[in-house]
Amino acid sequence: MATPTRPDKTLGESLQDHGLSRRGFLKLCAATASMMALPASMVPRIAAALEQAKRPSVIWLSFQECTGCTESLTRSHAPTLENLILDMVSLDYHHTLQAASGEAAEAARLTAMEANAGEYLVIVDGSIPGPDANPGFSTVAGHSNYDILMETVEHAAAVIAVGTCAAFGGLPQAKPNPTGAMSVMDLVKDKPVINVSGCPPVPMVITGVLAHYLTFGRLPELDGYGRPMAFFGQSIHDRCYRRPFYDKGLFAERFDDRGAKEGWCLYRLGCKGPTTYNACATMKWNSGTSWPIESGHPCLGCSEPSFWDAGGFYEPVSVPLTANPGTTLLTAGAVGAVVGGTAASVAKHRVKKANADRQPVTVEALEKTL
Amino acid sequence: MPESDPMSAHPATPNGCQGTPRSFGNALPVLNEIRHALEKLVTTGEETRIDLSALPFGPGDLDRLTDWLGTGEVEATVDALGPTRVQETAIPGVWLVDYHNSEQQRLTLHIEVAPVPEILRPQPQDLADALNQLDARLEQETGTTPLSS
Ligand code: SF4
Ligand code: SF4
Repeated sequence: MATPTRPDKTLGESLQDHGLSRRGFLKLCAATASMMALPASMVPRIAAALEQAKRPSVIWLSFQECTGCTESLTRSHAPTLENLILDMVSLDYHHTLQAASGEAAEAARLTAMEANAGEYLVIVDGSIPGPDANPGFSTVAGHSNYDILMETVEHAAAVIAVGTCAAFGGLPQAKPNPTGAMSVMDLVKDKPVINVSGCPPVPMVITGVLAHYLTFGRLPELDGYGRPMAFFGQSIHDRCYRRPFYDKGLFAERFDDRGAKEGWCLYRLGCKGPTTYNACATMKWNSGTSWPIESGHPCLGCSEPSFWDAGGFYEPVSVPLTANPGTTLLTAGAVGAVVGGTAASVAKHRVKKANADRQPVTVEALEKTL
Repeated sequence: MPESDPMSAHPATPNGCQGTPRSFGNALPVLNEIRHALEKLVTTGEETRIDLSALPFGPGDLDRLTDWLGTGEVEATVDALGPTRVQETAIPGVWLVDYHNSEQQRLTLHIEVAPVPEILRPQPQDLADALNQLDARLEQETGTTPLSS
């Protein structure tokens, strides 16, 4: 993490240097296909692409968040986090995980931005007090989240908003939204933004999106909310193993009745599965052990916008959208957008300028807007 | 809806979603998919992989599927990036390939319908290197360069 230069070796070369056999590589590709929610028949293509892949530089920014998303990522089991950091991406800045702190940490971010201008990925977790909000609600190194975000994304290839807070505002934006919280896509309009929602997102989905970018050098196909179709293309309800009970009208009415014990559908206990798009039903949680509905609890709809304000968690959703969930999804403009470096030298110059322009939040400013 | 639920018994009707939490009926469609794949292998030689970790299985569904498929004669472990366990099912040509990492966590679980699963075969690039490797050993042993054929 200390040397944020873009490594020139391809992934294939660096894995061979690590002594990985061809069978080991084949296995990595099988796991990667699974992680990207691609069919196993894609393994040979993935192998060919990964062999040539270059590790992207990643800058991870944390704003108004609970660190649950990072907690989730560090529990991603395939590949292990160490593999992910060392082999798949060059994680050049993540203020919770990195060893450097203070000025050295901020310097690492700026260096990575300069060295990889136009090509680096920005991952954001947490929502951002908008430009009209008091900048002091959330700061990093004395600078407002808004300033840091806008400065960092300016020369990024793409931005990945990890977690419902970054993707849609999440808990900080819940009524009455005291900090004026906004999502990344509310603020970043001129870069591809990929939303990996969930509170927190399924770890394998975070790594899966990175693996997709790494493998194919472009962003995955997105739904109307900017979420990757491979993971968010189907509702929880459509992939739920309790679905045969829903179709038969067999519902648990209480958490301790016969229906609950028999594993019947949790719709009447407030399950938001019919209106929620996420990968829990197949990717599951805790290294594939189980997932909320398998543990007997209704889905809260955590990957959807405003899920905190969508009525009680234990109230049944009023309209089950079972007929044709695909109709709620639009095709996003950013579908398969190829990202690549352009005008890197101009960008480098601007990075320096932005750094000089950015002003720390002062006590006076805080008091004025409180 | 049967009141008593023998958890281990096969469902009387394959559509086992009624009754026990152990039979959600999501394994049967996979058997059909395997049948299609096997037919393709027999008639055209085309191989198929099915990613079982991508299927919406409930508790017990996977056990039911592997019970149905049974256990064949061949069992193998590949030691590369953690263990991969290969198990032939009772249906020749249908293999379970279970990929684990070195921390014993499952990375993914495939059904492979093929004469031999790919991970057991030497990879083409490795075969190309094989002759050189063997020559190097012969040379070390005998002190002479083996004649190339
Ligand atoms: S309502 Fe919930 S528990 Fe019932 S089938 Fe749909 S997702 Fe599963
Ligand atoms: S089951 Fe629903 S609430 Fe639970 S993690 Fe998945 S999407 Fe979120």
